[in-house]
Amino acid sequence: MDAYLIAIAIVSGIYLLLALGLNLQFGLTGLINFGHVGFFCVGAYTSAILSTNGVPVAWSLLAAALVGMLAAWPLGVISIRLREDYFAIASLGFSEIVRLVATSEGWLTNGVQGIAGIPRIFSGVTGQSQAIAMLAIVTVFCVLAILAMRRIVRSPFGRMIEAIRDNEEAVKSLGKDPAGFKMQVLLLGSMLAGLSGALYAHYIGYISPDQFIPFITFQIWMAIIMGGVGRISGTVAGVIILMVFLEGSRFLRDIAPFIPEVAMASIRLGAIGLALMLFTIYRPQGLMGDYTKR
Amino acid sequence: MTLEIKEMSKAYGGLTVVDRVSITMEDADIIGVIGPNGAGKSTLFSLVTGFLDGNGGDVVLDGKPLGNASAVERAQAGMVRTFQVPREFAHMTVRENLMAAAPGQGGENLITTFFRPASVARQEKEIAGKVEETIRFLKLGVVADTPAGRLSGGQKKLLELGRALMTGAKLIMLDEPFAGVNPVLIEELSQKIRELNARGIGFLIIEHDLGALSKLVSKLYVMDRGKLIASGEPAAVLSDAAVREAYIGGGAN
Ligand SMILES: Nc1ncnc2c1ncn2[C@@H]1O[C@H](COP(=O)(O)OP(=O)(O)OP(=O)(O)O)[C@@H](O)[C@H]1O
Ligand SMILES: [Mg+2]
Repeated sequence: MDAYLIAIAIVSGIYLLLALGLNLQFGLTGLINFGHVGFFCVGAYTSAILSTNGVPVAWSLLAAALVGMLAAWPLGVISIRLREDYFAIASLGFSEIVRLVATSEGWLTNGVQGIAGIPRIFSGVTGQSQAIAMLAIVTVFCVLAILAMRRIVRSPFGRMIEAIRDNEEAVKSLGKDPAGFKMQVLLLGSMLAGLSGALYAHYIGYISPDQFIPFITFQIWMAIIMGGVGRISGTVAGVIILMVFLEGSRFLRDIAPFIPEVAMASIRLGAIGLALMLFTIYRPQGLMGDYTKR
Repeated sequence: MTLEIKEMSKAYGGLTVVDRVSITMEDADIIGVIGPNGAGKSTLFSLVTGFLDGNGGDVVLDGKPLGNASAVERAQAGMVRTFQVPREFAHMTVRENLMAAAPGQGGENLITTFFRPASVARQEKEIAGKVEETIRFLKLGVVADTPAGRLSGGQKKLLELGRALMTGAKLIMLDEPFAGVNPVLIEELSQKIRELNARGIGFLIIEHDLGALSKLVSKLYVMDRGKLIASGEPAAVLSDAAVREAYIGGGAN
């Protein structure tokens, strides 16, 4: 298989884990999380720090998922009862704090230089087989996450989070406290983000604070909006659309070689911005249709 | 079931919209609250059910003062309200709306969802049975699988009553249950409320349809500009001069 395609598939899987978590939080529960990248960052650093200090990768992945989840706890305690727009701001602030800590606590994170030499997941194999092994493990996690989401959607828990999304006051009037449900959703989504971050760290092999900017969060938002909010199929479709626009703009130079290298980053940004605009104009419910269409 | 609403008050800045209102219900009764637009009826409901923080007053349910219990705790204590503007779960079907209202669901957390699916499924079956009963009782069968957002205003009112019933509430507070409901159905709905009341559920009802309401309730409380201006048997209250004045004078603005 083409190495380039494998690489894209791996990155798509890493994005998909993030997107599934955000879809659970926003699409199903209505929780506006603008700080998703913070938990991705926590997971990446957790696994990177542990594995570069000799902890086996299997354990560092597990730790990353758990620490990603635990990192969401204080955010939830402080802000889950806030109005949704305040929660959005609090979560954004949280992810920026995470990035600041990663930048300034050099003893732990190696500061702006970042952490290099993060071990691969299967250190025994090399080259193409290494990439294929990585793809396999990412795929396994994605399939498990999708199955988990399907189980949630069909459960009484899933019913209640959708009720919260539709009308929080009515949920309270029935004697059910939305806060507990939102907290669980925040924790599970952050666990997926933590795991995703760990996979990313082991795949890229090098992490630094500037990789965990809020723009990552917004890419995930764009993916779920373009695919169809509140739908698992929409989340999968959205990640594919996002990758097509991100990667597709790479090939722009093949047909338009006059574009200078330095302009490419801006063009990629412009491309997904354009995609989002086209979707909101022509297909606001996303490719697969969102939860309002049934 | 007994309810004592004691001196409830609410002010917005200098404007007192609910002014020391007291209402007593003994033994699962059906009681009406009337008054012209803006009298403070819905605000009173929000105060009693904990959806608004008031300026003084208390609610005593079955002898227990609720103090500053939250809206969720009050509903759990058995006091469930509906909303003047229906708050259906718009993107869920009528059946799902009702399922969601059932109390004490073990499946409502992620641990049981993943690790105890069998017991969750068992409870779901039980709840589904009760939901079918409620759907039959309220004649919502034809729309059972319709997203609640697509229901008519009257059907949404019925759905909210259904959800309140599913919670197993002992006191149900209905804010204009007859608004948007056709006259034939109003008669039927009144009959249902009587049936439920006979089973021991108390009702506190805000309603502008005085004809239908006075046939249903044993007692009327009248509010005007935040204050209680009259209370008593429907016939007596409706012929009260101050009440007529409030409706003709206050209702016209
Ligand atoms: N947030 C608020 N700030 C200021 N005034 C408010 C606020 N909410 C309600 N009011 C005022 O409180 C008064 C009582 O309103 P409320 O909705 O309780 O009346 P109501 O008796 O239910 O009327 P209706 O029959 O029209 O439903 C009204 O004059 C309203 O304008
Ligand atoms: Mg009102």
